[in-house]
Amino acid sequence: MSVRIDAAIAARGFDVSVSLAPGETLAVLGPNGAGKSTLLSVMAGLLRPDTGRGEVDGKVLFDLGPGVNAWTAPHRRGTALLAQEPLLFPHLSALDNVAFGPRSAGMAKVAAREAARHWLAEVDAAELAARRPGELSGGQAQRVAVARALAADPDVLLLDEPMAALDIHAAPLLRRLLKRVLAGRRAVIVTHDVLDAYVLADRVIVMEEGRITEEGPVREVLQRPRSRFAAGLAGLNLLAGTVTAAGIRSADGMEFAGHHDDPLVPGQAGVAAFPPSAVSVFLSEAHGSPRNSFRVKITDLEPHGDQIRVRAGELSADITPAASADLGLVPGLEAYFVVKAAAVSIYPA
Amino acid sequence: MRHAYQGIPRWIYVLATAGALFVLLPLAAIVAKVNWAQFLPLVTSESSLTALGLSLRTSAASTVLCIVLGVPLALVLARGQFRGQRLLRSFVLLPLVLPPVVGGIALLYTFGRQGLLGRSLELAGIQIAFSTTAVVLAQTFVALPFLVVSLEGALRSAGSRYEAVAATLGARPTTVLRRVTLPLVMPGLASGAVLSFARSLGEFGATLTFAGSLQGVTRTLPLEIYLQRETDADAAVALSLLLVAVAVAVVGLSYRGPGAAGTRGPGAAERALREGTPETARERVAP
Repeated sequence: MSVRIDAAIAARGFDVSVSLAPGETLAVLGPNGAGKSTLLSVMAGLLRPDTGRGEVDGKVLFDLGPGVNAWTAPHRRGTALLAQEPLLFPHLSALDNVAFGPRSAGMAKVAAREAARHWLAEVDAAELAARRPGELSGGQAQRVAVARALAADPDVLLLDEPMAALDIHAAPLLRRLLKRVLAGRRAVIVTHDVLDAYVLADRVIVMEEGRITEEGPVREVLQRPRSRFAAGLAGLNLLAGTVTAAGIRSADGMEFAGHHDDPLVPGQAGVAAFPPSAVSVFLSEAHGSPRNSFRVKITDLEPHGDQIRVRAGELSADITPAASADLGLVPGLEAYFVVKAAAVSIYPA
Repeated sequence: MRHAYQGIPRWIYVLATAGALFVLLPLAAIVAKVNWAQFLPLVTSESSLTALGLSLRTSAASTVLCIVLGVPLALVLARGQFRGQRLLRSFVLLPLVLPPVVGGIALLYTFGRQGLLGRSLELAGIQIAFSTTAVVLAQTFVALPFLVVSLEGALRSAGSRYEAVAATLGARPTTVLRRVTLPLVMPGLASGAVLSFARSLGEFGATLTFAGSLQGVTRTLPLEIYLQRETDADAAVALSLLLVAVAVAVVGLSYRGPGAAGTRGPGAAERALREGTPETARERVAP
């Protein structure tokens, strides 16, 4: 393992060990106060754990405990941090903000600016180079912040809910950008959004009350959730496939109508997401306005709040107990899941 | 904003007016008392010009000294985490409430011929008391808290989040200080420096006690005014008006906002600081 962190902070009930393979992006999911940001602060060197050991490619970040007391200062760690707010230095232009990392590494001014231009272009923000942070929108500022973090050439990129402060129009744009720049890059992204984990990460850990309650490949954790939190997140139906003009085509040839949040190119890989509450269950095929109707075999019925969650393989629907009784649903019964196209979001995968 | 509810009882305005008059009336009284026909000759007399020149030079020097000593103090007080931090702050702020005469005596027993350090300095051939250096030290002693308070406040409101980000981008602490911290608090530093300068310019008690009143060496403008008052009231009033004018100019300068305080791009730092606060971020997230 190229990155390995074991750290405990007694006062916060924080005790975590994580590792990252080369080129791997790790998503950290969990409720508020679970210790997600604490993990990033420990990795970045902004917070000192009581005990533990951190290592990146053989470089010791910290080694604290009885008889050992090694500590690498934040600026020597190579762990650039991207926070919820862009935190661009307000007195520097966008270009000089991005050039900050290279300059700090000892690069000459001209060369650093050259590198900064490259990274600004990389995040489609070349035209913002001369602007001051005060003149940028939230989404633009966060893109510049991404460029600034990348320009520092970090060994591990740490992202703390980078989309959380953005409005709903800017977030998809940044998500797409992050998908591009995080590919093959070692990164840890803290997020509230299961979609971020799905789209951006290879592996996910779920944290609750300072500890890791679940860990594994994103798809696996979300499809077979064991922790309560992951189960809540995984409530979302996710269907992978190929993007078409009107929606998505699943691997087994099922056509799915939906709306594209991002401009997608037909033929690219995508994922359709829709909540179980948007799914209705019928015994015969339903027709009419843009709807998706598909035949499923019910595998399981379970209570879910005051609803019944009807599972059919990887998909699920939430219906009232009365409706379930009316339909006479039992495991093994063949039925139709129907979901309005408007409730289906299609994302790049 | 004009039409917004203010919630101030009417009688408060009466008292506020009295307060404002209490400050403004004495200033008006000085202006009324000035012998305008003699004003120019009075303020340009040799002794006046000597005192004014000495005041400006020593105040500039003590402002520089305040910056050199006060910036590190403010940084340590605002960012450091150590035992006795609150105690240190109290002691640094002590000269704000200490009678300047007492400050002068304290300095005398530190740097004077018989003082704590004075004897060693004497042996090294350095004599401080009753010299221009003593004037600068006395002024620095009373003016330092103004810079520290102003800068520490600016540092606290700026927060350390920008500095943390800068560090993760690979900047050494000295680089962070030079390229992030100081530019961010430049408005606070500038107004602190201006206030220190103003306080130095007006210093009287500590200077008189520690440095004496030698024309051209330690007799600053306030000392000159006090001396003239005994013999030539018109000259004292004219010089007083001069000091009032300088004070008004200084206050005006420090309240002109961040543009005057040396940041490039007026208001950009303040604006971005506001936008960068966690409060606004939370508002943005809130549905």
